[in-house]
Amino acid sequence: MFAQWRVSFWGITQVFEALSGRLSGVFDGLAKRGALSEADVMEAMREVRLAMLDADVALPVVKDFVNKVKERAVGAEVLESISPGQAVAKIVNDALIDALGGAGAVPITLNAVPPVPILMVGLQGSGKTTTSGKIALRLSTRERKKVLLASLDTQRPAAQLQLAQLATQANVASLPIVAGQTPVEIAQRAMDVARREGYDVVILDTAGRLSIDEALMEEVRQVRAVTQPAETLLVVDAMTGQDAVNTAKAFNDAVGVTGVVMTRMDGDARGGAALSMKAITGAPIKLTGSGEKLDALEEFHPERVAGRILGLGDIAGLVEKAADTLDHEEGERLAKKMMAGKFDLDDYASQIRQISKLGSISGIVGMLPGMGKVKEALGDKDLDTTILKTHLAIISSMTKGERKAPAIIKASRKKRIAAGSGTSVQEVNKLLKQFDMMSSMMKRFNKLGMKGLMRQGMSALMPKGMGGGPPGGGRPFR
Amino acid sequence: MALGFFSRLKKGLSRSTQKLGGGLTSVFTKRKLDDEALEELEDLLITADLGPSVAGRIIESFRRTRFGTEVSDAEIRSALADEIASVLEPVAIPFAPDPAHRPHVVLMVGVNGTGKTTTIGKMARYFTDQGKKVMLVAGDTFRAAAVEQLQVWGERTGCTVIAGPPNADAAGLAFEALKQAKAQDADLLFVDTAGRLHNKSALMEELAKIIRVMRKFDETAPHSVLLVLDATTGQNAMEQVRVFRELVNVTGLVVTKLDGSARGGIVVALADSFGLPVHAVGVGEQAEDLRPFSAQDFAKGLVGLPEGEAEAAS
Repeated sequence: MFAQWRVSFWGITQVFEALSGRLSGVFDGLAKRGALSEADVMEAMREVRLAMLDADVALPVVKDFVNKVKERAVGAEVLESISPGQAVAKIVNDALIDALGGAGAVPITLNAVPPVPILMVGLQGSGKTTTSGKIALRLSTRERKKVLLASLDTQRPAAQLQLAQLATQANVASLPIVAGQTPVEIAQRAMDVARREGYDVVILDTAGRLSIDEALMEEVRQVRAVTQPAETLLVVDAMTGQDAVNTAKAFNDAVGVTGVVMTRMDGDARGGAALSMKAITGAPIKLTGSGEKLDALEEFHPERVAGRILGLGDIAGLVEKAADTLDHEEGERLAKKMMAGKFDLDDYASQIRQISKLGSISGIVGMLPGMGKVKEALGDKDLDTTILKTHLAIISSMTKGERKAPAIIKASRKKRIAAGSGTSVQEVNKLLKQFDMMSSMMKRFNKLGMKGLMRQGMSALMPKGMGGGPPGGGRPFR
Repeated sequence: MALGFFSRLKKGLSRSTQKLGGGLTSVFTKRKLDDEALEELEDLLITADLGPSVAGRIIESFRRTRFGTEVSDAEIRSALADEIASVLEPVAIPFAPDPAHRPHVVLMVGVNGTGKTTTIGKMARYFTDQGKKVMLVAGDTFRAAAVEQLQVWGERTGCTVIAGPPNADAAGLAFEALKQAKAQDADLLFVDTAGRLHNKSALMEELAKIIRVMRKFDETAPHSVLLVLDATTGQNAMEQVRVFRELVNVTGLVVTKLDGSARGGIVVALADSFGLPVHAVGVGEQAEDLRPFSAQDFAKGLVGLPEGEAEAAS
């Protein structure tokens, strides 16, 4: 895993270099000054505000958060600290982790007389049914509970069938479908069956509903009244925008949310809705969905999501993604060569192919610490991945010998390579120059190691003149 | 579709924009448009999911032309609506199948849970009502009961649904369906696909394969690739559109769930950045709940203006 990560990370790094991204994190700026004024804190908070809005944290929640953190930051402690930038960064990060739920995941409450009802609510398409199946699997395998799944969704075609099929996949029971019953009737029947047949847990999956749909909100209120659920879980799509506030408030007012499940955390949304949900409902985020398979359900990690929201990266997520996507053996091979300082242009080509497998570059960018600014600088233009294709073309026009030892490539070879790849000598030069820089960066990386990198972030890798600060001077927020 | 075209959309939008509208009233009634007012206005646009860059641009234009003037609530709403409508106008293009293609193949794509299958059901109803022969392909062979869901829509709309066994190869199924649709001289063929996150390259590749395989039969297919987008989606919609467009050449958007409290302001940001046609909006769960996208009405709804007042005020 380690080696894998190293390889993919290195590859991504050089993509940035190729595009002359500049690192100018606001916290880097603070760190350089040495002393921190109130104005500095204000300035930093403006950036935090923007980062959070970009991450879809709801505006009222952002304002509240920023005000609180400002109060905490503008004080003697920060101003007198040895490294003011880091102090502010730490305060922001800690406050965000705090706001997201602080230490540790909160488990699902099963603390009631069985059968324990769990009510699943949310907007259409948020992932309630899939999540119901996932929770059923989790409770039956990890907690050895006897689980009954019941779909109260009489709105969407085949929704009940969908849950029944998921129950089969999860190897748990589902309530037989009786056409024509109302959701309240189904809920009562589910509880009756569960009592009679000795189930521990009944998961009640409801139809998706809009928070402004009075009739359907009343219906779910009734379901809650007749079943008295131990948990009412609000299922929320991680991609949700500013409307998160309305959803959270409406569902909380109507049925009293006891926990939140964030779905599609495997996407590249920054997931600010998590913070909005927590702030508005006060209910803990209990679980996150991270895939379509039934076992893709995880405990919530506030610290990971905090980094993601602030645009400071989700290293753990990136590692997972890289591990999922990349060719392990190839990665190992490349890593070994890299460690041995024998990385050549053939390996670079292989590297590019691996990188392009990772999908959208700007999605990856968001996962890297210290890269939020770069992404911003790029604006609406995605990172231009055509340069990678160009590089591949150029490399494939080289001879084996040239790829092994790029130093032998002089003027006439350059001309030939340019002609063969349909590029220009300048482009060939650029590639060679970059490869040279990469090699030196790679050496820094090897020296720094994983820990150093986590501590100092990407900017530590950037050669002088590339980044916004002195080498190693970047201090992203860790 | 034209009849009673906006009543439902308007209902949804006006509900959803009450907050924005209300906010404006409190901010701008007989007030000088100063820095503070502009900042509040920017906040209001941000809470509508317009996105920081579009919100910023609108505010800048206001700053240039109106800074320091006394403005009324109606004026500011009207100007806002005009500005937003001008961004949306070029993308408000109704979906029109090309009769030269028999069938006109429509590939529906999008992330999970945005409403692809429901939208197909609605479009099937609309074109069936127009006297077109419509066929549907249950290309979501992955999600539990997705096939059955589309089959219910087939029954509701009287359209043939072509389906394969669970976990069948969606590309092969689409190929067979296209052959059948051609043989039966269908006007339209809607290909449903499994929802997929745009950052999952293997799943995106699968989508590209569906297109490749269909082209072996008809090299012009698919004639439309519609990305279905949930109006509650925030800034990540930009990334969705960017990646889907890059990998499967999206030709247009359908925005769903506009009857909720989400204002769908991201549509403005999308129009600004990508300029992809917005063909229709979904405003409910019934077969009739699909409307063509109107820039004027969307913009007016977004700022809480009743229809027809923007011109009067400006």
